[in-house]
Amino acid sequence: MGRYVARRLGQLIVVVLGATMILFACLFVLPGDPVGQIAGSDKARDPAVIKQLHEQYGLDEPLVVQYGNYVGNLVTGDLGEDYTQGRPVTEILVPKLGNTAKLAVFAIAIDIVIGIAVGVVAAMRRYSIWDVSATFVTTLAIGVPSIVLGMIMQRFFVVELNWFPLIADGSFKSMVLPAVTLAIIDAALVAQLARSAMLEVLRADYVKTAVAKGLSRRTVLFRHVLRNSVIPVITYLGISFGTLLGGAIITETIFNWNGIGLALIQAIQQNNNPIIVGVVTISVAVFVLLNLVVDLLYAALDPRIRLA
Amino acid sequence: MSRPPLSKQDEGDGMTSLDLVPTNAGVDATAPLLEVRDLHVEFKVRDAVTKAVNGVNYSVNAGETLAVLGESGSGKSVTAQAIMGILDSPPGRIAKGEIFFQGQDILSLSEKERRKLRGSKMAMIFQDALSSLNPVLSVGFQLGEMFRSHLGMSRKDAKAKAIELMDRVKIPAAAARVNDYPHQFSGGMRQRIMIAMALALEPDLIIADEPTTALDVTVQAQVMDLLAELQREYNMGLILITHDLGVVADVADKIAVMYAGRIVEHAPVHELYKRPAHPYTRGLLDSIPRLDHKGHELYAIKGLPPNLQQIPPGCAFNPRCSRAQDICLTEVPALAPVTERDGTELVGRGSACHFWKETLHG
Amino acid sequence: MTELVTGTGEPTAADPTAAKQGAEPSVARVSQWADIRHRFFANKLAVVGLAIIVLLILTAVFAPLLAPHDPLRQDLNATLQSPGSGHLLGTDALGRDQLSRLIYGSRIAVIVGLASIFVALSIGIVLGALAGYFGRWVDTVIMRTADIFFAFPLLIGAIVIILLMGRGVLPVVLSLGVFQWATFARLLRSQILSVREMDFVHAAQALGASRSRIIRKHILPNSLTSVLVYGTSNVGIAIVAEASLSYLGVGVDPEVAEWGNMISAGRGFMGAKDFMWTYPSIAIVITALGFVLLGNGLRDALDPKLR
Repeated sequence: MGRYVARRLGQLIVVVLGATMILFACLFVLPGDPVGQIAGSDKARDPAVIKQLHEQYGLDEPLVVQYGNYVGNLVTGDLGEDYTQGRPVTEILVPKLGNTAKLAVFAIAIDIVIGIAVGVVAAMRRYSIWDVSATFVTTLAIGVPSIVLGMIMQRFFVVELNWFPLIADGSFKSMVLPAVTLAIIDAALVAQLARSAMLEVLRADYVKTAVAKGLSRRTVLFRHVLRNSVIPVITYLGISFGTLLGGAIITETIFNWNGIGLALIQAIQQNNNPIIVGVVTISVAVFVLLNLVVDLLYAALDPRIRLA
Repeated sequence: MSRPPLSKQDEGDGMTSLDLVPTNAGVDATAPLLEVRDLHVEFKVRDAVTKAVNGVNYSVNAGETLAVLGESGSGKSVTAQAIMGILDSPPGRIAKGEIFFQGQDILSLSEKERRKLRGSKMAMIFQDALSSLNPVLSVGFQLGEMFRSHLGMSRKDAKAKAIELMDRVKIPAAAARVNDYPHQFSGGMRQRIMIAMALALEPDLIIADEPTTALDVTVQAQVMDLLAELQREYNMGLILITHDLGVVADVADKIAVMYAGRIVEHAPVHELYKRPAHPYTRGLLDSIPRLDHKGHELYAIKGLPPNLQQIPPGCAFNPRCSRAQDICLTEVPALAPVTERDGTELVGRGSACHFWKETLHG
Repeated sequence: MTELVTGTGEPTAADPTAAKQGAEPSVARVSQWADIRHRFFANKLAVVGLAIIVLLILTAVFAPLLAPHDPLRQDLNATLQSPGSGHLLGTDALGRDQLSRLIYGSRIAVIVGLASIFVALSIGIVLGALAGYFGRWVDTVIMRTADIFFAFPLLIGAIVIILLMGRGVLPVVLSLGVFQWATFARLLRSQILSVREMDFVHAAQALGASRSRIIRKHILPNSLTSVLVYGTSNVGIAIVAEASLSYLGVGVDPEVAEWGNMISAGRGFMGAKDFMWTYPSIAIVITALGFVLLGNGLRDALDPKLR
């Protein structure tokens, strides 16, 4: 177990390094000198200012050296300074990362609770009106992209009903719409997955054994059926973190939620490369780390999985 | 429709009752442990009705082993599930019939009362222990569940009992293996765990549904011996569902052969082997490879098992039967007693064939 | 029991398995496809999905015939007109005809959806097949590379490529392709590994079939099916991703007639001119639903065990 985690962490570092290399190669061949952005348009014409800024941000070094510096700093948790404010990227992004994490945790909670509940009810009452409606609603939900859902939510709950603030202030109340928007597609997918997993488990021989043992309906359901049914759901949630992070960019932009997704879009508009690099690096690292956590959880839930 | 429950002493002295057809429904001190009467089970999926069991009668006494023999789809497992009360319902449903257990009509009991019987008074052993054990729970936990759920034992006491049980079914190093998961055991060991689970609360009746089919031949004998030994020790009634005539010979007292949801022949085990009274039984016996027939082509019953949604009129076996005459296409033969040539009744025997005489004597 | 009774029975006309025994594997495959097709068309929702997609493609192909106006022509005298007789779905802030933009928008959706999945499938199939056949270091290198690409959430990875190449249809196609191939490569590789161990492959080997014949005739056809099905259902995901990128301002150029752009343009007029973003939203939802239904139908047709 310990050795497995160590090996996976080793792989994880390689993956993150590979990802930053792709990222770095892409970003620093970008058209347009970012320094113009930093100095402001009038000062940018002054060669002395440009030279000084180039030195300050290490932009005069060859790319390989720049990458070396970047990785060296990354190890110590230093993502460099941003171009517009000259503040450390980490200092800017950490609170925003916290906001995104809040949003994501809320969304995953919705996925798990609503998704599994709907899936279980649909499976238990297979072919009933509940099951049919669940299939209908979840299929529809999967077909409504975040950009559309976000717009609709905002139109009705903010513009029409005025229940929530237009600019999210970080309060729980302002988190509801972005979190629901972020969660709905995955909640629908979880519900469908939980339903089919549950139907499969309900037909399993060991459930028949549990009934033949004289266990109560509740014990059979919770101990023998549900636990086995959530295993594929956990696996799915691990994979879906990627979609969740991508979806966070959209929902944060729509609802002005001050997270790293919104920061990324703003940084793109401002050519603020260190922030872009920072957000992408953090996303990749968080994604692979969470996948490791999910694999461990998976192994804990299913003893047949051997971590090797 | 209930009878006074019988205490253990009243259930006979281990002598085998060969009466499969109940004679008298009145109060009876020699009433069997289990009695199935005219049981009909059907499965309704959309508009199609599958008639899986079509009027089965049998009985088992304490300490007695009844082997139920038949192809897949003959209704032998469905009957067992109906007795246990674990039919998939819907779509399955008991259309007709009664099941008496220790004198009590269990089909009239509430689900809660049925549940209390399951595991404690009657238990079941399934064919494939790997799929019949929950893969994500340790075997100790699954064994202990019997004690926790029925007797309200603590988790710790239940585990101690689980180890005891594992010892009982001769699993080596039980204490060390109690926390292992099903996939960590060999096939034979897993089936022992299934047996231990069925045995946990010392039930009066055990139904074993093909308990050795999934095992290697060498392990089959060990598991069968263990089951027979424990049955004797606890004086349990055993219903052994199988398609393997070889398994049956050594352990069963009597045999019921099922075809298309009916019993087509029943007999004390050795008589059935010597002199079958139904062409289907004869076919089954003839299709066993025999050393003294080396070089001969192996016999096989021609045709396919019947479609249970469209059971042929008359005798269900008629399309595959070499003896079939016109009467077989129209009249369902009743399960009737069979006699010697001179008319003396063969005790405990019956055949559902219009031409049992020719089959038995000819 | 059936073995015991019918095992050595002579094949009779009534025995349906007897006739198939001598059949060529290719015949079996044809009937497998026929089965899949039959199950697919028996599923009404799947057929609805297919119809939506066919309609979408026809709209894209015949856009110039269907569109009442030039989608790019600005008419500053007729900006922000509500849906009416002149402009069926109204005009945007630059007086461009919304209906025409909507119709032309289907072209971007179809092109990006199909082309990006084509790119992803091509890379994924080649690399996945190499990894699956050769194993060893080839496998290791390819799969570790896949891990790296897999570590980028799709939208984030796509944004990186678009920052490099600039906005436009080609960058969007490439970026969505480059960050989806890893999934297909993984899927194909695992399919190959499992198919390789199946009995019919061993049987072919035992009969002395050459390695390349086994790969071409046995392993690839049997492994590819699920990859292609998965690819088809991912076209919808690619279309939604493309619209999202454009909505965020990192997709195609803002003046291009494209659904994400249209929704984005309508964002500023929310509550006042809702028609600006609702119609393109409906177009995206119907398209996405079409692909979801098609994907579900294909999946169920391929693996009918649970509905």
